[in-house]
Amino acid sequence: MARRKFEAIGSTADIAFLLLCYFLMTTTMGDQSGLQRRLPPIPDAQQAQDQKVNRRNIIIVRINSADKLFAGSEAMDISFLKEKIKEFLTNPTNNPNLPEKEAKEIGGKTYMVSKGVISLQNDRGTSYQAYIAVQNELVKAVNELRDEFARANFGKKFSKLSEDEQDIVKKAVPQNISEAEPKDTGKK
Amino acid sequence: MSKFGSSSNKKEVPQASSNSLSDIVFMLLFFFMVTTQMRETEQKVKVTMPVASEVAKLERKDLSASINIGSPTLQYQAMYGTDARIQLNDSFKTVADIRDFIAAERDAMSEAERSLMTVNLRVDQDVRMGIVSDVKQELRRCSALKIMYAARKPAAD
Repeated sequence: MARRKFEAIGSTADIAFLLLCYFLMTTTMGDQSGLQRRLPPIPDAQQAQDQKVNRRNIIIVRINSADKLFAGSEAMDISFLKEKIKEFLTNPTNNPNLPEKEAKEIGGKTYMVSKGVISLQNDRGTSYQAYIAVQNELVKAVNELRDEFARANFGKKFSKLSEDEQDIVKKAVPQNISEAEPKDTGKK
Repeated sequence: MSKFGSSSNKKEVPQASSNSLSDIVFMLLFFFMVTTQMRETEQKVKVTMPVASEVAKLERKDLSASINIGSPTLQYQAMYGTDARIQLNDSFKTVADIRDFIAAERDAMSEAERSLMTVNLRVDQDVRMGIVSDVKQELRRCSALKIMYAARKPAAD
């Protein structure tokens, strides 16, 4: 009698194992993460006029077909890009060559918001890996600025803030990355 | 002489009960059922995602449409070569097919949620930007503007 009981339990374990194997084979771990972006809409004639940006408010980050990086007009290693972007977006010395700042009222308080825009350009021959690495550095620069801003104004890290406060920080430190129309500079 | 030998002779080791085995396996089973999702399409292109430290999780997985770009896997290389190709759903497609694909994905969603659709660009790290730019331009033309460059977190923090 006891023996029969054991056998019954053994077979449930077998069935469960089979099911387990089935799920292991047919499913994948859900790891959908990445860098989220908003593409600019196709401009019409009227919009193209509005998009004129003051020269000092724009920094051109370019990756050429040999994956060499240029920020502003100088060649640069990727490890310096983050500092350059942070300096560009904060303009701590009010340098007339760096972007202007504008007082904006957000959530009942006024903050100085930078008008800087990062224009990211790439070549058709640029490798995707280099492109994502640069994108990542740009996001990292903005995220660090948001963290600093959150610390200064709310005394907490950005990720620890409430949703409303996060919205304020997002507006005060906007992530203005424009992905320009692709330019065909490579020779083919 | 041997301590272990003599002790095992005297006392009989009780047989381990296998009663809890099925419970453990069932628990594992439920774990996998909850944490995984069905693999909906067969991967026909090889996609090794680039590493990025600032990745954010996609909130609404059901509102995303995936576009895979990479070189075909070994079994398809004889037919399609090793150049980067676009895979939509289950087959190789060209940039011109993206419009229909996006329209079909939009149709599958409820009206209120269509504007929240994210296009998940799963691109192999060795792909050149040319094809990615083409896809992005086409997405702009279809006004599917929310995109995500799929990337994975670096292994060590």
